[in-house]
Amino acid sequence: MDFSWSAEEETFREEIRDFLKAELPAGWNDSLVLDKEDDEYIKIAKEFTRKLGAKGWFTAHWPEAYGGLSWPFWQHFIMNEEMSTADAPIIGGNGPKFLGPTIIHYGSDEQKKQFLPGIAKGEDLWVQGYSEPNSGSDLASLQTRAEEDGDDWVINGQKIWSSYGHYADWCFMLARTDPEAPKHRGISYFLLDMKTPGITVRPLINIAGTKGFNEIFFENVRVPKNALLGEKNRGWYMATTTLSYERTAIEAPARAQRILNDLVRYAKLTKRNGQTLAEAPAIRQRLAQLAIEIDVSRCLSYRVATSQARDAIPGPEAPANKVFTSEMMQRLAQVGMQMMGLYGQLEFNTKWAPLKGKIERLYLTSISGTIAGGTSEIQRNIIAERGLGLPR
Amino acid sequence: MDLSLNEEQELLQSSARDFLGANCPTTHVREMEEDSIGYSAALWQEIADLGWAGLMFPEAYGGAGYGFVELCVLMEECGRALLPSPFHSTVLTFGLPILLAGSEAQKQHYLPAIASGAMLGTLALTEPSASFEASGVSVRAEARHGGYVINGTKLFVLNAHTADELLVAVRTSDEGGPENGISLLLVPCNASGVETTALSTIASDRQFEVSFTNVEVGAEALVGELNQAWPILKQTIDHAAIAKCSEMVGIAQVAFDMSVDYAKNRVQFGRPIGTFQAIKHKCADMVIDVDGSRFITLRAAWMLNEGLEAPKEVSMAKAWTSEACRRVCAQAHQIHGGIGFTKEYDLQLYFRRAKNGEVFYGDADLHREVVAQEMGL
Repeated sequence: MDFSWSAEEETFREEIRDFLKAELPAGWNDSLVLDKEDDEYIKIAKEFTRKLGAKGWFTAHWPEAYGGLSWPFWQHFIMNEEMSTADAPIIGGNGPKFLGPTIIHYGSDEQKKQFLPGIAKGEDLWVQGYSEPNSGSDLASLQTRAEEDGDDWVINGQKIWSSYGHYADWCFMLARTDPEAPKHRGISYFLLDMKTPGITVRPLINIAGTKGFNEIFFENVRVPKNALLGEKNRGWYMATTTLSYERTAIEAPARAQRILNDLVRYAKLTKRNGQTLAEAPAIRQRLAQLAIEIDVSRCLSYRVATSQARDAIPGPEAPANKVFTSEMMQRLAQVGMQMMGLYGQLEFNTKWAPLKGKIERLYLTSISGTIAGGTSEIQRNIIAERGLGLPR
Repeated sequence: MDLSLNEEQELLQSSARDFLGANCPTTHVREMEEDSIGYSAALWQEIADLGWAGLMFPEAYGGAGYGFVELCVLMEECGRALLPSPFHSTVLTFGLPILLAGSEAQKQHYLPAIASGAMLGTLALTEPSASFEASGVSVRAEARHGGYVINGTKLFVLNAHTADELLVAVRTSDEGGPENGISLLLVPCNASGVETTALSTIASDRQFEVSFTNVEVGAEALVGELNQAWPILKQTIDHAAIAKCSEMVGIAQVAFDMSVDYAKNRVQFGRPIGTFQAIKHKCADMVIDVDGSRFITLRAAWMLNEGLEAPKEVSMAKAWTSEACRRVCAQAHQIHGGIGFTKEYDLQLYFRRAKNGEVFYGDADLHREVVAQEMGL
């Protein structure tokens, strides 16, 4: 039982912090607060991600044969923690996290050579094509079709909620290749060039007024045979295996800590009814409770990481932590809004908005936290059934 | 960073679980609820013989030389078993302050005796004001004839009925604010002027009102420096609070396990109730409460063991665990339905003890305020 970091780990943490100090734009997330779908943000993020790629940090956790850095386990954790705390502008993280390991596991040599370097350097942006209008939580019911035609595949259908689709160079997607088979066993995994004729991207505007995600339409999209990754009809199992490569649960508490620190500062500076917000008992209790929840989540992520460090499969604590932190974010946003009162209404980056309207923005975007990446309801079912063995 | 138990800790955990499983089934717990003493002296002796009472005392004082993390591992097992015993009162509230501040002679006199099971003690700290803060100590000890005379009433004193000696927190000076002027005095329980009255508690533990009427003790009764006892008491309370948290983790774990088990086996509408999402989701929610409590408590235990300043981490653990344990026990009752509401079914044993853990050493509101202060608010 040890809650401390070694001297080497502390030195490494300082190295990451120095990198962030040097490479983040001045005033990052403080005086310079950008919309994550802003063209300026995308530009900064692409540059920053390439710098990570150049250092090999973007894919540090990959096997050494594919450019991984063979770091001791906890260095990956520390890097994720520092990047999340700083809210570093990383784009295309799904590449190294999910897609890359899937290609490493299931790809042909040709595919590895074609795709892995671009992911590792942070040069290729990939969009995930999984969900469909009629296949959300029940993803396996997806209907987008891929049919063999000579030496090609022809793809027809539609994807939705595809983040950054309008910026992406490539798409990794799931399509049905055997409509007769039971639903999980008729799905295949494809890698598509977004410039292929027949692909149309239509941005969707979310509640926060930003076009973070998209619909992607596939109309007779013709791709070569090697667009198929791995074995035909094994796509579902490949995709769900890669989801288990989720390397860290530290991102959420790290992000939340940063926002909480902003709220503490705000509370000490802001007066209402003759006292600072920080002096109001109700606010003290709420902010303290959030601090406690963040630390509970942090301790649980150390616990999950301890299992991962030993190559053991973490138990239900991992999905439970996801549910907990996504709901905690909503509470964090609400507490912030309560503190701000009328000011909480003011929109992101507009006049008079406290903390540049970060809380107003978080209040809206945090709605999706309990929905995306597996809804809280589905996660609770998974925890109960797979984690605790409750009957279906 | 490594949140797994080491080999020694795992061995302690499994041997404690085996021993308590065999020697402290819930039938024993129920028997002791009706018993006049409230625990088995024979079982306590066996526990002392296992080395548990002296687990964290240095070997020089008859202890096993383990640390506070190991003690908390043991406390979780005791919590699971709902062990009725004078462990917490004697070891943590009486033995620990003597270890921290006693003279060499006092340590040599008391610690081996505690470790061997030969003597019992308890701390008399709280008063009718029901406060764990320095300002809650108002029982007076006037210097007289080279010793002290104590007058006042202590309340919620654990196991005063079987303690050989009390360690009493008294006010010996009014100068310099509430945190100055507190002293610790050893008082034999059978001293003239000491009167104990049993309280009736929700957790069926043994707590007492102890009144002092012109109780005289000599100069040698002083533990540590005159007027300087508050830092010792603060350290004691921190350790006792975290030990209590570990017990609550054990309580919550069992209530959780019982609920999952019940959900798998109880059949209604032709299917186990665990097939209903409402029940699944209640069980899923318990995971964060139980595991979160365990690791936020162990973090505080680890820091205290390392001698690190941990006021924020101790309060975070106590605030979270107090509420999480209560939530789990309450949800457990909801999952169990009618049968859980009976005295005969074991769940009520956990629910009632959870409340004691929640309020002792400060509840969540109190500790959240400490966290707020430590955050700089």
